[in-house]
Amino acid sequence: MDENLLLSLIENNAKMEVVDLAAALNETEENVDKTIKDLEKNKKIYGYHTLINWDKTNHDVCTAVIQVNAKPERDYGYDRIAKKIYNFPEVDTMYLLAGNYEFLLIVKGKTMVEVAKFVNSRLAVIEGIERTATMYVLKQYKNMGKLVEDDNKDAAERLLVTP
Amino acid sequence: MDFEKIVNPIVKDIPPSGIRKFFDLANQMEGVISLGVGEPDFATPWTIREAAIYSIEKGKTFYTANQGLLELRKEICKYQKRRFDLDYKPEQCIVTVGGSEGIDLAFRTIINPGDEVILLQPSYVAYTPGVALAGGVVRNIILTEENEFKLTPELLKEAINEKTKAILLNYPSNPTGGFMTKEDYEKLVPIFKESGIMIITDEIYAELSYEHKFCSIASFDEIKDQVILVSGFSKAYAMTGWRLGYVLANEYLVKMMKKIHQYVIMSAPTCAQYGAIEAMRHCDEEIEKMRQAYLARRNFLVKTFNEMGLKTFTPQGAFYVFPCIKSTGLTSEQFCEELLNDQLVACVPGSAFGEAGEGYIRVSYAYSLEELKAATQKIRKFLEKKGVK
Repeated sequence: MDENLLLSLIENNAKMEVVDLAAALNETEENVDKTIKDLEKNKKIYGYHTLINWDKTNHDVCTAVIQVNAKPERDYGYDRIAKKIYNFPEVDTMYLLAGNYEFLLIVKGKTMVEVAKFVNSRLAVIEGIERTATMYVLKQYKNMGKLVEDDNKDAAERLLVTP
Repeated sequence: MDFEKIVNPIVKDIPPSGIRKFFDLANQMEGVISLGVGEPDFATPWTIREAAIYSIEKGKTFYTANQGLLELRKEICKYQKRRFDLDYKPEQCIVTVGGSEGIDLAFRTIINPGDEVILLQPSYVAYTPGVALAGGVVRNIILTEENEFKLTPELLKEAINEKTKAILLNYPSNPTGGFMTKEDYEKLVPIFKESGIMIITDEIYAELSYEHKFCSIASFDEIKDQVILVSGFSKAYAMTGWRLGYVLANEYLVKMMKKIHQYVIMSAPTCAQYGAIEAMRHCDEEIEKMRQAYLARRNFLVKTFNEMGLKTFTPQGAFYVFPCIKSTGLTSEQFCEELLNDQLVACVPGSAFGEAGEGYIRVSYAYSLEELKAATQKIRKFLEKKGVK
């Protein structure tokens, strides 16, 4: 089975049913099902998500991008301090970078105040963190390869039948 | 005024397009799910669009050389070498307004009144009128599903006579998805060589080849001078609206074709040519991504149609499946009309691609898997009503 093709299909649409995946891959359903379970077991697939435009709901979300300068520790490098950060549920995404700062976080809260409180009272006080810079997100255009508002495709412009 | 007398009889005699008729029908209805288009559903890769926009910003808004930008022709030659191992020089290339113009140039440059041109049926809708407009006479070879819509040496030998000037090949094929491998062509090459007929090869779908590596008939050195290769950017790079293609051929022939091109067209659109340079240089990966997507959709459709009781052969190229609907007892036009009225799903009757397409429908998979699933569920309902299984 073309494992990469399977992965790219469900990366694009995690809701695709096994029966359709089997057809698309020209494989049996049992085989597809087993492959997905294996991929999950060995953590090549480590979760499933739904992309939600919260701005369209009545649920308030405030997103901030935070740069963090941190000191590495002997024997642990950055991993121990990273763990102290990413275990907070407010931290949605976290990277270790090469560059002017060490960590880049995407942090989510209900309001700016809530995010600010997290930064002040939880994040900045962690031993080993030297400096943080918090930037609030004004608008999200694209996420995980998908446009939040797709302005590229106007299906009505494609003719219904062409040679 | 008696316009009937004014109009050239060749033009008058061109029958109305079967596709056009269907387009008009579908267009009157609301909420139609279409599987009827012959163009990619992807938008042109952004890097190509950006390059074209930049060229306009820079004021590159003038005619180019008749034959097309030298820079682009060089890239086309490199691309053909890199992707299909073909050797052409920029002097052997004309950048045209779509592959369509390339085919027209080829016909008009080589056809004398009364010359026969062999077409493979079912075929793309523009070939037959193209031959007629150039003053030629069409001789059809009927391809069959049993032979996977391939051209066999027997069929070819039988069709060639002293009047034959050329044959038009279109592999991977619209509408059948038929494909010719290197081995398939090897059997034909001696016949082409001996007869000396010209071979116009429409390779617009070359990049959309699935199980086998694409092989061009121009890769056989012994007959390369007989080949006029037509290709373009529409299908591989999702650039249909840009109207950009090219022909590659023997230098003398190119000089002759250029005479028509320079007086009729002048030069292909300039910003499209700049976009195309970017396409040739940086988009091999984009092609591969789109090819992978089409492959998954093809597998889905072939399996789904066969399960529904419509026998469907596995096409090895292009983005169409060609299910056989003979089991329904309907003609392909009846089938498509009833399907449209009953379930609001539009497919193209096989008969729109010549009589040999009767008994088939053309289903495009230039749609997302979700759209294909929704449409095939409706087709399934229609077939259940018709009692097919």
